Amino acid sequence: MATRDIRELLKEQAFFQGLGEETIAFISGCGSNVHFEADRFIFHEGEPADCFYVIRSGRVALEVHGADRGSLVLDIVGEGDIVGASWLFPPYRWEFDARAVEEVSAVRLDATCLRAKCEEDPRLGYEMMKRVAEIMRRRMQSARMRLLDLYGHGRAG
Amino acid sequence: MVGPADMSGPMTPRIFRVASKRRETADTVTLAFDPLEGPQIELRPGQFDMLYAFGIGEVPISMSGMSEGSVLHTVRAVGAVTRAIYDAGEGDVFGMRGPYGNGWGLEDHPGADVLIVAGGIGLAPLRPAIEHVLAHRELHGKLSVLIGARSPELLIFQDDIARWQARLDAQVRVTIDVAPSEWRGAVGLVTELIPRVSFDPGRTVALVCGPEIMMRAVATDLMDLGVASDQIRISMERNMKCAIGHCGHCQFGPEFVCKDGPIFPYERVESLMRVREV
Amino acid sequence: MHRSFGRKEKKLPEAVIDLEGLQALLDSLTIRGYTVLGPTVRDGAIVYDEIAGVNDLPAGWTDEQDAATYRLTRRDDSALFGYAVGPHSWKKYLFPPQTLLWKARRSSGAFEVEEAAPQGGPYAFLGVRGCELAAIHIQDRVFLGEHPDPTYADRRSNAFIIAVNCSTPAGTCFCVSMGTGPRAGPGFDLSLTEILEGDRHAFTVDVGSERGEELLSALPHMPATTEDERSAEAVIERAAGAMGRSMDTDGIKELLYGNREHPRWDDVAQRCLSCTNCTLVCPTCFCSTVEDTTDLTGDNAERWRSWDSCFTLDFSELGGNNVRTTTRGRYRQWMTHKLASWIDQFDTSGCVGCGRCITWCPVGIDITEEVAAIRETQEGSRHGDT
Repeated sequence: MATRDIRELLKEQAFFQGLGEETIAFISGCGSNVHFEADRFIFHEGEPADCFYVIRSGRVALEVHGADRGSLVLDIVGEGDIVGASWLFPPYRWEFDARAVEEVSAVRLDATCLRAKCEEDPRLGYEMMKRVAEIMRRRMQSARMRLLDLYGHGRAG
Repeated sequence: MVGPADMSGPMTPRIFRVASKRRETADTVTLAFDPLEGPQIELRPGQFDMLYAFGIGEVPISMSGMSEGSVLHTVRAVGAVTRAIYDAGEGDVFGMRGPYGNGWGLEDHPGADVLIVAGGIGLAPLRPAIEHVLAHRELHGKLSVLIGARSPELLIFQDDIARWQARLDAQVRVTIDVAPSEWRGAVGLVTELIPRVSFDPGRTVALVCGPEIMMRAVATDLMDLGVASDQIRISMERNMKCAIGHCGHCQFGPEFVCKDGPIFPYERVESLMRVREV
Repeated sequence: MHRSFGRKEKKLPEAVIDLEGLQALLDSLTIRGYTVLGPTVRDGAIVYDEIAGVNDLPAGWTDEQDAATYRLTRRDDSALFGYAVGPHSWKKYLFPPQTLLWKARRSSGAFEVEEAAPQGGPYAFLGVRGCELAAIHIQDRVFLGEHPDPTYADRRSNAFIIAVNCSTPAGTCFCVSMGTGPRAGPGFDLSLTEILEGDRHAFTVDVGSERGEELLSALPHMPATTEDERSAEAVIERAAGAMGRSMDTDGIKELLYGNREHPRWDDVAQRCLSCTNCTLVCPTCFCSTVEDTTDLTGDNAERWRSWDSCFTLDFSELGGNNVRTTTRGRYRQWMTHKLASWIDQFDTSGCVGCGRCITWCPVGIDITEEVAAIRETQEGSRHGDT
């Protein structure tokens, strides 16, 4: 798919809202259009985090598994969400599995390429960091609240 | 040619009596066992016995220590057999056969710093390793013990932990997931304790026991700090019916957890642990 | 020049016996206290059971086998061993489907355990194929290691093994690929090759042990001639060329270890019923479970061991979960164990190429085909990038 089309796809995504036309054009150079069939793994824990995904359609389960616990879903993300933050932080390695729950279309952004562009252009780097940080903040807050097992306590009926 | 059959079959238990019982948590107890007759079973830290509850069944349980000549087993009530053991009183009898498995193998690392990481009841098989290092302090480098539990009331061996924490020659840290406001210790995943203790990654042997997801996370962090993957030992668990490599249930890739393990260098199992349903 | 098939070095057969000699062989074994077990026709299949004499053998029968297909048909001769293998293997005698391990009785606040003494036998196995003898050797490595199994050790050490070199491989056979046949050996007491030439019906006899030698000397027999040797070799050579299937075992351990996420496992999981047939008919599958029981008084307990299968869900039960929840995971475990991890565990493949798992799979899953499919399309593009 041509860079021009990737640019159009990225412009539609909330994650990139507020970035200038030129910046999006710049990022598009790192992007490719990908599809995953239902139940296919997008990546596995421990593999190099050399990219991240912006979901255009479909849902993705972030999972971790242990033989003694089975496979556990940490989170499910969908259209407009991004999958993966490990590409921004050394040692650039996935910390969980990502599985397509249903057919998924996404834009894959090459991390090596994007990291280089962020280093090159600190303003872009800061913008990317802000956006990823906001998503991580939201997910961490949710994880903290879930840790409290709120529904498991309180009212008897 | 094939030799004559051993008179006592490898699946035949001997009878042991419960000498004493200590409650650890709401669902976990530590029992001390003595043989009705014959010698005590001699286990190395990390080895396990098969415990048989009359007419109910048999389960593999790690040795959690020795006390006045008795073998200690710490059991969490999760199924029919462990429930029967949990419900036992002093004087009750159980079948037992062992020892099985390979043990932690601390003796292979003389002088090394010892880093012990336990999650939940995973502390049970590590307790004899900790006691061993404390009893032979001169044979080992720095000792660090990192313990994670879901909440303070789910911590096993609380008296032991207090005793270990009082030692000046060990760094013992406890962290929990969910804390009541009176908790004064650390809150967070056990991996967060790793940077808080001092050890030399190049000459450290790490013994890790807990849920698989935790052991993977610990091993990954240790490797990032420079601990070699063959210096990280983890304790695997699988279904077991025989403990002697016959029943096939405990297979983990090419390994029989019962006889090749239950302790494995992380290097040997890392890739298998990442694959589901192995 | 003759090629030698199978593992044993070719050597001259020592003797020739006729049908009368074969009957005398069975009689001698009975007189020596053996229960003689061999192939016989029952319920439309050739099975292993107690046999009284030559008349109980499947004279003139053969088996047509293919994936999910087994059918007995008549031969145009009166061969006694003119077929491959049926659903049974000798495993059922050496490692019985159910074994009482011990009994326990509660008494005055304690209990006593009474070991179950090994029972059954001694057995004489007649008609052991090369693949089956190999399978017995493979199970030896499981059950006669550091902790010998009393029943297996007892039955195995007392078993008298009469191999019969295969003359008629089935459509599902691939022993040549696995290096286990069609020539049987070593490890037999006596090994026969059935020769049918015109009106002549005879067996060349190879001796593999002292007790085999001793038994042969008590039978009416003739020394084997060069002609006999040539006839026997021709039988084995013909069989070696008549394999219905083959498996490329080159680097098979690395192949399967390296392809645990291959999409073919999803494909086979669509077909596999997890019915456990393959593991039950397999002559090397050794997995078992134990069952602890009590009587109604609760004072008498028993422990039984029975065959189990890695295709059952609770086989991998762990702390209330099951490790292998999917058919994909269970089929992968079975095949990867059989063909790859077995090599690490026991220094041998777990597959002898007998073809039973192919024949008796109700949906015709073919282990040779599954290996070939993985080999053809190895890892590389499992990330679904377009």
